[in-house]
Amino acid sequence: MIPLSGDITGAKGIMRQKIGSFSISRGTTTLKRGFAHMLKNGVVMDVTTVEQAQIAEDAGAVSVMVLDKLPSDVRKAGGVARTASIRVIEEIMDAVTIPVMAKCRIGHVYEARVLEEANVDMIDESEVLTPADETHHIWKWDFTTPFVNGARSLAEALRRIEEGAAMIRTKGEPGTGNVAEAVTHIKKVNDELRTINSIYESGDHQDLVKMAREFKVSYDLVEQTAKMGRLPVVNFAAGGIATPADAAYLMSLGCDGVFVGSGIFKAEDAKERARAVVLATTFWEEPDKVKEAQKMIDERQSMLGLDVKNLELRMQERGSTA
Amino acid sequence: MNIGVLGLQGDVAENINASRQAMAKLGIKGTVKQVKTPEELASLDGLIIPGGESTMIGQMSLVNGAIKTIKEKIQAGMPVFGICAGLILLSKNVRDKTVGKTNQPLLDLLDVRVERNSFGRQKDSFETEVSAEPLGIQRMRGVFIRSPSIEDLGKNVKVVSKFNEKVVAVQQGNILATSFHPELTNDVSLHRYFISMVATRKK
Repeated sequence: MIPLSGDITGAKGIMRQKIGSFSISRGTTTLKRGFAHMLKNGVVMDVTTVEQAQIAEDAGAVSVMVLDKLPSDVRKAGGVARTASIRVIEEIMDAVTIPVMAKCRIGHVYEARVLEEANVDMIDESEVLTPADETHHIWKWDFTTPFVNGARSLAEALRRIEEGAAMIRTKGEPGTGNVAEAVTHIKKVNDELRTINSIYESGDHQDLVKMAREFKVSYDLVEQTAKMGRLPVVNFAAGGIATPADAAYLMSLGCDGVFVGSGIFKAEDAKERARAVVLATTFWEEPDKVKEAQKMIDERQSMLGLDVKNLELRMQERGSTA
Repeated sequence: MNIGVLGLQGDVAENINASRQAMAKLGIKGTVKQVKTPEELASLDGLIIPGGESTMIGQMSLVNGAIKTIKEKIQAGMPVFGICAGLILLSKNVRDKTVGKTNQPLLDLLDVRVERNSFGRQKDSFETEVSAEPLGIQRMRGVFIRSPSIEDLGKNVKVVSKFNEKVVAVQQGNILATSFHPELTNDVSLHRYFISMVATRKK
């Protein structure tokens, strides 16, 4: 069981209020992590327009992520990538019933504030956009809106959780249509989880303290994670997923769900593909159903994809040392 | 006793855990497992439809035919507990607070109209103390995440809980439904009530 409690004392994002005779709290860890729990086994799709958001909802997406450009276009365009237009985000929020997320730059506290005021359901502090602070991520406990962060190692994931992230996703290599990096990242996180879990089981507290120093996070968080043998928040796959089989493969590696960025709307068969990726994610344990989903798409219409070895820009490295 | 949690999407594990705890507290022997297919659904004594995205769960249960089996089983008297998305799926009518009428698959059994996202978006999600006095529960933690509320109750629908004049839990015979998430708290009293409903029917 993933724990749902764990507020730090004095978290500014927690709001208390009286409504009638009821005392209510907003922005608690239970509400933030609980929101992520409702997305489990689902697909979150990157969209840039209302039409794409509606296609995503009709296909069975559990949420949409609004961007100004899809990650592969961000890569092509170069320059500085920033948060999406608020007007587009609002149009999409008015058009679909599923939750709407949006990305802000790493460390850009005020892009995040603007997104919170715009009332998005979750904020992705994302390496797809150009980082605004090389040394600090956002202190997410200051927000009532929950955050998701990318990570490619256990240390990175735990640092983000310590900063208040309510959900983690792999970084992968966004906008490449190449699933290899996401696979590497989830395997690495799983491997490190097994390691600290076995240290915990052995009762060697000194070694756990050593891990906490190495990870640069508090001992308590390392101990809690080591005891469970999994991340204390929901963990999704992201970065380079382009086909139903990609999604099913990542689910089989223990991911709680998937984000699909350029993979759907950079393909020429977006509508069928959106549906097919949802089917493969839902029924990943049944290979015959994944085959049926894969049959719905045409490989000749997949996005071209990039070899991750020759990239000029490796988005996954952004913010990973902080 | 055979309890299933519809496992297409959403917080399935939390409901399995809460049901197991509730069974242990009542001293009832049985199994609780995740179910997806019509075959898995066929052998159940009780079903929980968990929180998640109702549009997605509805569509996927249509794809593999689960929706038909679920409907037949509930009509034949199997107790069902719908939470948030589950409440939406069970109901006869649904509208969204912002978008208005939605075109989504429904089980069309619970005689109410559900307003989706009734309390606002995620930032407005909240937790508070609620009661379910008709079920003998004086106080419990209510976790409301982008929650719906319940309107236009049919004459066979009993109010179980209210939050500030909005109905947030109801019962209609073998159907129990809440707009909040008891599975996200340590208090299993509602799951316990549901397990007793299943036990009573099995007798």
